[in-house]
Amino acid sequence: MAKQYEFSARGLPYLLVLPQMIVVFLFFFWPAAQAMWQSLFIQDAFGLSLTFVGMENYAKLFQDPLYLDSLVRSFVYAGFVALIAMSVALFLAVQANRRIRGALFYKTMLVWPYAVATLVAGVLWMFMFNPNIGVLSYLLFKRFGVEWNYLLNGSQAFLLVTLAASWKQISYNFVFFVAGLQNVPASLVEASAIDGAGPGKRFWRIVFPLLSPTTFYLLVMNLVYAFFETFPIIHQVTQGGPGQATTMLVYKVYRDGVFNLDLGSSSAQSVVLMALVISLTILQFRFVERRVTY
Amino acid sequence: MIEHSIVRRILPHLFLVLAIVVIVFPIWLVFSASTQTLADVLDAPMPVVPGMHLLENYGRALLEGTKSLGASALTMVKNSLIMALGISVGKIVISLLATFAIVFFRFPLRGFCFWTIFITLMLPVEVRIMPTYKVISDLGLLDSYAGLILPMIVSATAVFLFRQFFLSVPREMAEAAQIDGAGPMQFFARVLVPMSRTPIAAMFVIQFIYGWNQYLWPLLITTKERYYTLLIGINRMLAVNDALVEWPVAMATTLLAMLPPVLVVILMQRSFIAGMTETEK
Repeated sequence: MAKQYEFSARGLPYLLVLPQMIVVFLFFFWPAAQAMWQSLFIQDAFGLSLTFVGMENYAKLFQDPLYLDSLVRSFVYAGFVALIAMSVALFLAVQANRRIRGALFYKTMLVWPYAVATLVAGVLWMFMFNPNIGVLSYLLFKRFGVEWNYLLNGSQAFLLVTLAASWKQISYNFVFFVAGLQNVPASLVEASAIDGAGPGKRFWRIVFPLLSPTTFYLLVMNLVYAFFETFPIIHQVTQGGPGQATTMLVYKVYRDGVFNLDLGSSSAQSVVLMALVISLTILQFRFVERRVTY
Repeated sequence: MIEHSIVRRILPHLFLVLAIVVIVFPIWLVFSASTQTLADVLDAPMPVVPGMHLLENYGRALLEGTKSLGASALTMVKNSLIMALGISVGKIVISLLATFAIVFFRFPLRGFCFWTIFITLMLPVEVRIMPTYKVISDLGLLDSYAGLILPMIVSATAVFLFRQFFLSVPREMAEAAQIDGAGPMQFFARVLVPMSRTPIAAMFVIQFIYGWNQYLWPLLITTKERYYTLLIGINRMLAVNDALVEWPVAMATTLLAMLPPVLVVILMQRSFIAGMTETEK
């Protein structure tokens, strides 16, 4: 970096970063440290005394079949959400990126659902598939004889939250794929067409590899979204049920912490989740070029 | 572009229209439910064509809310708006100040401050639920606007975006301001902030939507109806026995909750796309 002009003032820069630093330490670092600290203790039933137990909370966690089940479930769920939301968005972005009439209209129509809250996405799907009054559950039963009741059937519940979560994420992915496609040089695609490559071959051999930074970035973001940001859908639609069918990790932390008041286990779960976000973030910064170095 | 057969020209339209139908249908259904009587909604299958009770249902939602809830949508719109504006404006202000310090000053803790902000990316509220709750409760901020807003106003994204922009500002401008006798803060307020309109607008759109759509945090720290946001209200309206749900009013409230962020995206589409693709890539 070339030598640049800089203001000289002793106290001022500290004053300027102070508000940011106070919030970061008070609401981010201190709670995170608390979670790590508390994960090493067990609280008695009255919340009066703490007993140091070392890694026992973690050991218990990874021997608990319910936790392991939730862990596997969350990964499967996140994988499906990322796969569905990304492939649909990529397909639509390719269509909208052709020189067709009304491309701008299509893009607007596909972008605005980004603003729909995750909770609202849950409400929309819950309403369509409500076992008693849902229009689509009625249709499923009358037309196809499918007995739809996601409140009783675990697979149906899992399917419903997966679809609702994917539906909500398509717009986000669409914006990035459209931006990515616009950076693919048209000359390259035309050259390969002249060489006789068909549309499928052109897409998979030329366009898709050039999109891979976008795709990889989106993969990480979609996994983060599915793991952490779809809590409202679970909370609204299924409350983790029926049984354990839709108890994803974040929902479990919430339930164990807020309702079961199991502070040690909930803290240990929080730390596991932290490790998960940190690895996803590192993965992203390792592989996606991002200019944040100093 | 290359092939010109009719099928090839029509197919993309077909797929895109189909996608729009899939996206719009659930919202249409909610709209339709919000214009009918409860009896019509309960009598499966509900009519897909809107009914005649739009004004009645929206009036009730805005002024009274459902019987079980005890909060009107008007109050909840106010709360959501305060939270969304508090979060978005708060994030922009403290990020602008911090980024100004990091880019335009040299001080020993500069790198440390930058990385501190960067690390917050890895600590979303979902992974520190209980301890953050404890901090807010120790500070006596449960059921308050400050409690809703403060823990949300750190933004690594905003710092990245502003940093990128500030680095592109010619340094001669800062030097010239200094020579003209303007202090750093005058340069900041009169030159730098007005120049940053575009990134500020982009950040505002993204963060307003983020703030408006917050759910887990208000769910944890609001227990009084007075502080319910729209999303919390919707959840509470639907969290009663299925037979007691007042669907038309609840669905009217759901639509009201969607409207402001959707309008922001449509009206500020260019800022929105810029905010999304330039910061996060």
